[in-house]
Amino acid sequence: MSARVLVGVKRVIDYAVKIRVKPDNTGVVTDGVKHSMNPFCEIAVEEAVKLKEKKLIKEVVAVSCGPQQAQETIRTALAMGADRGIHVEVSGKDYDNLGPLQVSKILAALAKKEETSLIILGKQAIDDDCNQTGQMTAALLDWPQGTFASEVVLEGDKVKVIREIDGGLETVRLKMPAVITADLRLNTPRYATLPNIMKAKKKKIDVVKPGELGVDLTSHLEVLRVDEPPQRQAGMKVETVEELISRLKEAGRM
Amino acid sequence: LETTCFKEVKEKTWLIVLRGLGPPATLWRLCLQCSPAVAMLDRVPSALGVPPLGLVALRLSRGIHGRGDQTNHAAGNRVPCRFPFSRVSKQDLAFFENLLPGRTIVDPDVLMTHNVDWMKSVRGSSELLLRPQTTEEVSKILKYCCERRLAVNPQGGNTGLVGGSVPVYDEIILSTSLMNQILSFDQVSGIITCQAGCVLENLSNYLEERDFIMPLDLGAKGSCQIGGNVATNAGGLRLLRYGSLRGTVLGLEVVLASGKILNFLTALRKDNTGYDLKQLFIGSEGTLGIITAVSILCPRRPRAVNVAFLGCSSYKKLLETFQCCRGMLGEILSAFEFLDSACMKLLEKHLKLINPIAENSFYIVIETAGSNADHDKEKLHNFLEAVMASFLVTDGTVATEDAKIKALWSIRERVTEALTHDGYTYKYDISLPLEKIYQLVEDMREYLGDKAKNVVGYGHVGDGNLHLNITSHSKDQALQEAIEPYVYEWTARYRGSISAEHGLGLKKRNYIHFSKHPEAVALMKDIKHMLDPHRILNPYKTLPDQG
Repeated sequence: MSARVLVGVKRVIDYAVKIRVKPDNTGVVTDGVKHSMNPFCEIAVEEAVKLKEKKLIKEVVAVSCGPQQAQETIRTALAMGADRGIHVEVSGKDYDNLGPLQVSKILAALAKKEETSLIILGKQAIDDDCNQTGQMTAALLDWPQGTFASEVVLEGDKVKVIREIDGGLETVRLKMPAVITADLRLNTPRYATLPNIMKAKKKKIDVVKPGELGVDLTSHLEVLRVDEPPQRQAGMKVETVEELISRLKEAGRM
Repeated sequence: LETTCFKEVKEKTWLIVLRGLGPPATLWRLCLQCSPAVAMLDRVPSALGVPPLGLVALRLSRGIHGRGDQTNHAAGNRVPCRFPFSRVSKQDLAFFENLLPGRTIVDPDVLMTHNVDWMKSVRGSSELLLRPQTTEEVSKILKYCCERRLAVNPQGGNTGLVGGSVPVYDEIILSTSLMNQILSFDQVSGIITCQAGCVLENLSNYLEERDFIMPLDLGAKGSCQIGGNVATNAGGLRLLRYGSLRGTVLGLEVVLASGKILNFLTALRKDNTGYDLKQLFIGSEGTLGIITAVSILCPRRPRAVNVAFLGCSSYKKLLETFQCCRGMLGEILSAFEFLDSACMKLLEKHLKLINPIAENSFYIVIETAGSNADHDKEKLHNFLEAVMASFLVTDGTVATEDAKIKALWSIRERVTEALTHDGYTYKYDISLPLEKIYQLVEDMREYLGDKAKNVVGYGHVGDGNLHLNITSHSKDQALQEAIEPYVYEWTARYRGSISAEHGLGLKKRNYIHFSKHPEAVALMKDIKHMLDPHRILNPYKTLPDQG
């Protein structure tokens, strides 16, 4: 097949890091904080690479939008098996305001430019939990969408997607080109092995500006304030039932 | 002496009931002289129908002591005789209950877990567990026990692997679990002072929030306590980078057998005033004094941590990789561990872990820790390119994210767990010259042949420390006799240590001569006698049996 797959990968704060809110409450601290590829994006890359290994698609292109560091995330995707990368350069104020609407406009433009048959994204990013980019991209392109995928099967010019939904599993068949968003159980991302990490260094990453794609990045959303969730009150341990009763009485609960 | 009855109650266990003319103590002294493999009961089962006056029943056994029919695997060692300590009386119980209200435990269910070690290989029969919260309480306990000649078994997290943390007979268990307060932390110097019962993982979490880390890390971190770590001079995964506790512990507070509190808890990096007493207690396994507080120098938390998991086709290539690693990653290297393919197979079989790379004969875990992520990444990549290009390493993977780092580390850290699922495990912790390390594993495999189920090797190869583990379907006396003392003789031949970091405890106390000269052992016994003349602290452990 001569199909090309576009995989979106987002650089986010590593999920194991403890998040701290900036003192001016405008956002979270990102300087010097460990970043890595969004876990759902990893699953998306893994699925695309699997399809390529099965020789069902020809090329996997990894895309990331952001400042210079976004290239690290693309390199990780290349080390996992993507063929080449596209870095859409967005920095400063534009990057702060970059949200699902802007990203989906970029992806839609790229999909048309790169003659893509399939876009695979993670279902959501762990920093904003928006869960919108895949859906918006499909709408902008007027392509069918299979979101929350837990299984993807290519059948000629169609793709069967089994979706995880509240009631159970839903199976849809989409005519390509289509957009798929990956859910947790779709696959287990592979470890990037050393030979591939070495090879990835030589793979190409094209740098593109949003303007070149004809995308307008203005945001209609304004973040007013970011706060930490309220601190959890410590509990109290008691030694005996009598003490429990007296404490409850003290607290006015009895 | 009159032998009233003589009957074999279990294989290699005989119950001999004697009617003696003198008091039981005389009889006991007589028995001691005949054989160390004797455990004396002073209660005679009435079913034997013998009048109780002046009677003593002897149970000659091999590796059996304690209550009931639980078998203690004393690693081929003869079981030590019970010393003539007092037994806990009602008055003793009353004293302790008064001193530690609500923290004097006699519940047999609770005691059960404290009487058995982590490996479930030795079991004591203590009937009293004490949980002090302060050093003063520990002091009062020991003063009383010294006067009453009651034996005491200090116990921390009970994660020791040589049977040193649980009673042999009815020693009172003194648990430091409630002594878990962090006393102070100096953010500038990185010196933390805390009570001995602080769990290592809790200390790590506390320090990590403040941008520091503990200088040691072990698989048992979720349960082990710092007092126990210091008492056993625990090594662990970071020794390669930060050195041993003998360097990082700055001060201790210890309670001696007499109850006297010795405080040398200085938080000073340098202090050359007199003999360095703390070194006596570090690694003394609770036999010279009970550690109640510790001050440790902690390193800063590294900004950038990377873990590489590599595969090698031979041990020779592994050693060459180590040399290359030392050269190219030297100042950022923080761990160099290995496991063999037998370990990987067990991990895959019992814990369903996935091998991150292709199958190899040997696997290496390399950790780097530094202050600049970009520099470290470049150094690491240069190193990886070098070892791949020279075919020292056939495959590998690298991780920089916390989740992946934990996943790669768990492959090394969970080998111990996988072994427990494979059957009965015989564990050996050996220090050897680097080139000889894997030869021991291969020799044991050949020597034991079909007798053993699996023979695996893994460990802190960067420190010259091998964890040799042998499994069998179930406890097998013949296999144990085949392994010991052969493995110790092998080690002694290459001037290695029969216990690199696990200590001697109960199981290895009588093998000390494979690694230490008799004059040294004699001096150790003198020191023990000076600090604990009534031998109440953790008896039957660490030093070899008399005679």
